[in-house]
This record gives sequence, C-alpha cells and structure tokens, in this order.
Amino acid sequence: MKEWNKHDLIDLQGLSKEEIELILTTAKSFKEVSTRDVKKVPVLRGKTVVLLFFEPSTRTRMSFELAAKRLSADTLNISAVSSSMSKGESLLDMAKNIEAMNVDMIVIRHGSSGVPKILAEALGPSIINAGDGCREHPTQGLLDVFTIKERYGKIAGLNVTIVGDILHSRVARSNIWALIKLGAKVTLCGPATLMPKGIETLGVKVSYDLKAVLNHSDVLMILRLQKERQQEKFLPSLREYARLFGVNQEKLNAASKNILIMHPGPTNRGVELSAEVADGTQSVILEQVTNGVAVRMAVLYLLLGTKDKGSEEIKNVFTH
Amino acid sequence: MSLLIKNALIVNPDKVSTKPMDILIEKGIIAKMDSSLKTSAKKTIDAAGKYVLPGLIDIHVHLREPGREDKETIETGSKSAVKGGFTSIFCMPNTNPVIDHAMIVEAIIKEANRVGLVNVFPIGAITKGQKNEELTDMSELKEAGCLALSDDGRAVSNSQLMRMAMEYSKMVDLLLIQHCEDPLLSNHGVMNEGINSTLLGLKGIPGVAETIIVARDIELAHYLKTKIHFAHMSLKRSVELIRFAKSQGINVTAEACPHHFSLTDDVVKSFDTNTKVNPPLRTAEDVEAIKQGLKDGTIDCITTDHAPHTREEKELEYDHAPFGMIGLETALGLSVSELVEKKYLTWPQLVNKMSTMPAKITGLVNKGEIKEGKDADMTIVDPKKEWTVQKENFSSKSKNSPFIGWKLKGSVEVTICGGKIVYQI
Amino acid sequence: MEHMNSTRIMDKESIHRALMRIAHEIVEKNKGVSGLCLMGIRTRGVVLAERLKTFIKQIEGHEIPAGILDITLYRDDLTMVSTQAVIRETQIDFDITDKKIVLIDDVLFTGRTIRAALDALIDFGRPAQIQLAVLIDRGHRELPIRADYVGKNIPTSLQQNVKVVLNEIDDHEDEVIIENIKA
Repeated sequence: MKEWNKHDLIDLQGLSKEEIELILTTAKSFKEVSTRDVKKVPVLRGKTVVLLFFEPSTRTRMSFELAAKRLSADTLNISAVSSSMSKGESLLDMAKNIEAMNVDMIVIRHGSSGVPKILAEALGPSIINAGDGCREHPTQGLLDVFTIKERYGKIAGLNVTIVGDILHSRVARSNIWALIKLGAKVTLCGPATLMPKGIETLGVKVSYDLKAVLNHSDVLMILRLQKERQQEKFLPSLREYARLFGVNQEKLNAASKNILIMHPGPTNRGVELSAEVADGTQSVILEQVTNGVAVRMAVLYLLLGTKDKGSEEIKNVFTH
Repeated sequence: MSLLIKNALIVNPDKVSTKPMDILIEKGIIAKMDSSLKTSAKKTIDAAGKYVLPGLIDIHVHLREPGREDKETIETGSKSAVKGGFTSIFCMPNTNPVIDHAMIVEAIIKEANRVGLVNVFPIGAITKGQKNEELTDMSELKEAGCLALSDDGRAVSNSQLMRMAMEYSKMVDLLLIQHCEDPLLSNHGVMNEGINSTLLGLKGIPGVAETIIVARDIELAHYLKTKIHFAHMSLKRSVELIRFAKSQGINVTAEACPHHFSLTDDVVKSFDTNTKVNPPLRTAEDVEAIKQGLKDGTIDCITTDHAPHTREEKELEYDHAPFGMIGLETALGLSVSELVEKKYLTWPQLVNKMSTMPAKITGLVNKGEIKEGKDADMTIVDPKKEWTVQKENFSSKSKNSPFIGWKLKGSVEVTICGGKIVYQI
Repeated sequence: MEHMNSTRIMDKESIHRALMRIAHEIVEKNKGVSGLCLMGIRTRGVVLAERLKTFIKQIEGHEIPAGILDITLYRDDLTMVSTQAVIRETQIDFDITDKKIVLIDDVLFTGRTIRAALDALIDFGRPAQIQLAVLIDRGHRELPIRADYVGKNIPTSLQQNVKVVLNEIDDHEDEVIIENIKA
C-alpha cells in the first residue's frame, strides 16, 4: 500500500510522483463527500486548523475553510498585515503563540517565499503552504492536475501550455513540478520580460508565440496578470499584452476542440482571457474551484494522520 | 617594552623562511631578525611549529559605530578583528551619521585608540551622506586620517559624479573603492538571479548589475588615467573584465570575500537569512573564477565585508532581512581551507592577498611584510590546526554567519599589533 | 509478527452454502425483497454483497440495488495509526431513505466497524431499518452490536486472526483461515 509520511505540505518540488498520485486518489473519494446531503464526515473531529493569511485571498481561504469544516475540524481565521513586524513581533513569535494554543495545523499564505518552510522547521503543527511569494502554491497545482486527470483520465503525454506572467507565478511553479513529475509535456508561454531565468533546465519548453503553441495543446492554463506589472515596466501596455497573450475565441479556433481552458482565478476578463472563453464549453474554471475543496480535504486528511516528525510508527490497530 | 618571538617560520609574500627565525620587537617596530638571537626581551613567545605572518589587513569592514552600536561597536569589532588575526581594518562609511566629515573620522580614530587593539582606518564617503549628489570634502577627510573613500553599500551610480570623484580623488591622492551595483538593475532583488532564484521564487539580482559598473569604471579609469579599486567581486564576468583592464595597463585593483569563494547560491535553498549578502552568492562557475582570479593575480586581495546584523533583523523573511554576514573571524580559516588546502594559493601568496597587497593598495608602507624596520604587526598561525566555527565563540557582537558548524583549517594563535600582544588563543 | 500455524475452517463449498443460506434468510425475514438494499463494507463486504445479490436474484427473480460503503472516515481509531488509511470511494447510487438496508461484512469482531458503518449510513439518509449480515462471527464484542445473519460462529481467542480469502480479490480459492499469532 502506498504510504503517506509527510508532516507538512510545503511544495510540490519535494513530493514524489507516488505521493502526488496518492493525494489525487484520496481527493477523488473526498469529492464524493461534497455531493452528499450531509456534507460532513467526522474524520478530523476535535482537530483545530488555523488559517493564517498574510495576503488577501477569497477563494483559497474559503476552499481550505470548507475543506476543514467538511472533515469536522474547527477552523480559526487569522488575517495579518504583510508583516507583523509593524508590531515588533516577528513572524516566528506569532506562529509560536498560535502553536502554544495547541492547534493541529496551520495553513499559511505569505507574500515572502520560504516562510512556510521556515515555520515547518520551527513548529510542531503541520504546515500547509497556501502560497508563498512567487515560490509555490502546492494545493493549486494539485487541484489543477486533478482537474486535468478527471477530464483526460491521465496526465502523462498531455501537452499542457501555461500562459502569462510565469516570473511572478507560484501557481505556474507548482503546476510545472506536478505536471513534469506526472509525465506531461509542459510549454510556458508569455512575454520575455516575465519569463524566469533558467526555467528551461527543468525540462519545459519556452515559447513567445501563443498562436504557434495553441494548436498542439491539450490543456491551456491561463495565469492571472497583475495589472501592476505595467507600472513596473514589464509590459508596454495591457492592450499589447491582451493582443499577444490574451486568450479569445478567435485564437482558440486554431486549437483542438477538446482543449481544456483553466485559470486559477480570479480572472481579469478582457486582459488574459475573454468572457466568452471563460464561460465557454471548453472552460473548466468552475470545476477547478469544486475540485479545490476535494483536494484540500485530501491534503488535510493525509497530513493530520501523520504523527509528529520522527515519532515512532504505531501499528494500525484497527480491528473488525 | 620588548618582545621576542622564537623559532618562527616567517611567511612573507615571497617565501616561507627555510629555517626557524627569532624576531625581536622593540617600540612597536621589528628591530632584529636572525636564526638565533642571543638577546633577551621582557616577554618571549615560542612559535615553534607555527607560521608567523605579517598582520592581516582587511580593507572592507563595517563597524556600525556610530549609529548602530546594537550590531557592533569599534570595541567589539576590534576584538573580532584580532581574534581573526587582523591588525589593521578599514571601516566603511555607511554609518549614522555617514563618515563624510573630518570630525567623524577623528572620533572613530579616537575611540579605536582608546580600545587599543587594532589599527582602525576610517574610509570616508565619496558623496555627502552617500546620497550620490555632492562630493565630500576629500582633502579634509584625508588630513583627518582617511586613506580611501567609498560609498559602500551603494555605488556612485551617477556616471558624471563618478567621473568627478575620480578626477578629484586623484588630485588629493585618495583611493576610491567602488561598490559595483547598478541599483536599477538589481531592482530590489535579494539573491543571485538564475535557476535558484527562479525555483525559490525570490527576486533575482542579475550579475550584470555588478559588471556594468565594473565595465563603466574601467572605462572611466582608462579615460581619466586614474585608479579604481573594486570591492567584493563576485562574478566570473567581473574577473574577466578586470583581467582585460589589467592587460591594457589600466590601473584597477580588486578584492574578493571568502563567502564568494566558499559558497554558491545553492545555500539559499535553506532560506537561512545569513546567506543573504550583497553582492549575492553566485554560481559554482563564479566561485571557481574568483579562485582562479585570486590565483593569477587578477584579484589582488581578500577582504571580509564583515557586516554585523542583530538576530532580530536577521529573523525576518528572506525578502526583508538585511544583506550581510560577519567575516572577520572566519576569513583566515576559510582562505586556508578553500584556497591553500585546495592548491589555489601557497602560504606566501595568501599572505600577499591578506596583508601585503591590502597594505600596498591603501599606501600603508610600513605594513604587509615581516622585515627589520617594519611595523611589528604579526599574526601567529597554526597552519594544521582544525577548528569548528561556533556561534557562541564569536567575539563580534553579531552572530550572523552562514559558516556556523563548518570545520576550518588554520587557527590564529596570537595576534600582535604594534609590538603588543592583542590576542592569544 | 510471525505466523505460527493456521487452520482452515471453511472451504469454497461451505462458504457457498453459508451465503446461499443467508440469501434465503434475508428474503424470508423481509418477506420478499421489496424496499431491500444491500450495502457492502469495503473491502470484502463488497464482494460478499455482490454474491448475495446474485443469489437473491436466483431466488426472487429480480435484482436489488447494492452499494459500497467506505467507513474509513468514520473510524474511531484514526488517531492511533501512524499513517492515514487509503480512502476509497463510497458508491451509493440510490436513496437509502425508508429502505431496508442489509449491511454486509466478512468478519464481526469488536463491532467497531459496524458502529462506523451505521454512522456513515445515517449521513446518507434515514433508512427504515438496518440489518447486519456477516460471514464469520468470532465474538469479543466491545459494543452492543449483533448480527441478524451469520454464516458461521467461530469461538476464537484474541491471539488469533481470522482471515477471509475471496477469489474475486485475493486471487486464490475461497477459504476462511484461523491463524495463531505469536507476538
């Protein structure tokens, strides 16, 4: 039997193919729970999950909160300003205070890369990275591959194109890791100014021509474009961006009819994709949201079943 | 007060003495050297089996006083220096207030003399307040005791202002030390730009932010027929540019820091903020090029860029923690372990990089060599002894070192400054 | 753990006869199959439910619905295991409200699985009645639970393990084995 022994979920870079597959399989079962009349199972009864968000987020936080609640865990929401240093309290201090209240898990989103990793090394509760800086957003990567797998029945061999601001995208990084580990062929497409250095060494292709890559893509993952990127001089104008990399129905006509259109949300309609495409038949954007809850339930379930780092293995004592 | 060092194997930039020597020190000067001195002195040190080096000189140190005495003071910095085998240190002007006025220079020298452990040479700022707007009163700074000027921490990025600084400093005969970084290109980056910054999702500082200033200043030095010293070179491409400049007879000198020849940006994967330094840790290819540059003389000297920061400041997110690491106490051990043991440099060459050349570049004519008549600044080293870097053993007020736990070869046993024993293990 | 020795207590034929008898008893007790559904508990209960469904069809002439219940999420020992058990899907394609449900498992022992299954079922609706069928009842109940249909009662000691082997999933001819465990 495949076994899960990770205490934290910090990134997909550090997960094996088997571990990713186990999460996907587990998520499939949890998806069924969300379709019941009674959308709740008692598996995490008595557990406390803290949602510690240093950046604004609506859907990720809601998704984690629903996931925890459907597993009967208690949740506590903490929104903090970008750094609690303004109060003279270090992030670690704050986290240790939360730990001292005997919580079981901390779901953290932070604007600085590496924060979840540092917390995981310092604290006892399980840490789930809900997005750190431009580094990773592992549950988004997982829900994306889950959605692709649900539609195609497989990941290996699929051509997946990720289009947009790769440089600043933690969603792209997590997806790249998950997709290449599961055997997909990944192409990154976006303006040269927003393409991170050395990314090709991971075995992905880089293209600056969306039209050219569209016709052999099975999946098109569209990233959100932060409008501030124009002020930061990465782009001449949003208009130019939309012209080259925005996805509209006309460009999609060159692609396969079965192409999946994905977007991590929230969408900037009219910039990176048109409303027609977002709401079109090829779009699975809302399925991604549905699957997000299932994937997060799976992650919470698997992590809370792992005992403290380094504790002795206890035999499965369950009997008939 | 006289001091006799017996059985010393003297390491000078040209050679290690073939037989043990005795060194007699009187009034802070090396009075006599012979294979067997019959004289007696007030105090005698037996240096059998040890190397005696001319006192190490670090021309790139941040002492933080005045302004940030919570990180380091002239006193704690001096203690850290002698523990690391340094007898002369040059402190950078990015203090608060900035060392841009004779009074501040004098105050630092006065405090350093009160502490009385090492020679402290304040480096004056190139521009007032390091603001990149107006030149400092350079001749007055020189009279107050400055041997060099720098805006370290930032570059003189305005090319016209740099031109003026080079012409003017040539007239008053002061060395300019450039911190090579185009701030618009480094653009708030926190680590080397490359595959590691991509994977870690940290903002990158491209190498070209350094090399563009190196190249510009080489061109200015060529055009104005002046000299320029480049601080903390970190890149293969910088080494190549400097090698080219030297081959053209352009008067440039350059330094490199132990962390830039001991660490790559792979260590940033830990998100340990003690690895955050400016210029950032680069790639293995760069590390190798720095070592080759030291070996072939392209890089003239080794400096520490000792940059103390408090625990509170370093316990921040990688994005927000300050740049810098302490280095005075690990510099010799790292240089021996990474350069001598790995056959890039011989002991005499190492002495050249850590004492003779720094003295030459800054015009300290009586230092950098063990010779009768020279200043009695010496560092006695056990070349074979291994030791482990431990946090609690640092004399520096700050402990921000990425080398904690490292095992290093080459231990400072005694430091003598001006004929006085200022440190003994 | 090391297995000392094992004894076969049921073979292919006796398992077949026991299940056929249970199928008859289910039909008899419920006076036909109207409103009746089978619910196999993963893993071996699912196989047994499929077989009972076939037998009941032979007896009554038409099919009754069968669902699959994964009770992992309702277990009371999850905090005692080192790594999480693999979750598999629960498949109930019919409304269980006002139905008569026969829960099916291979071995009845402490009763804790059945407690979990009851909790799980009730989250899906409000059945008119829940009955329990097991192939083996080995005693040692820790909860007030009893089976309505039993293939074979086998007195066991706590140092023994009861292993049900079913052709469909174990790739081996049907049998029930008692193993003595040496700790």
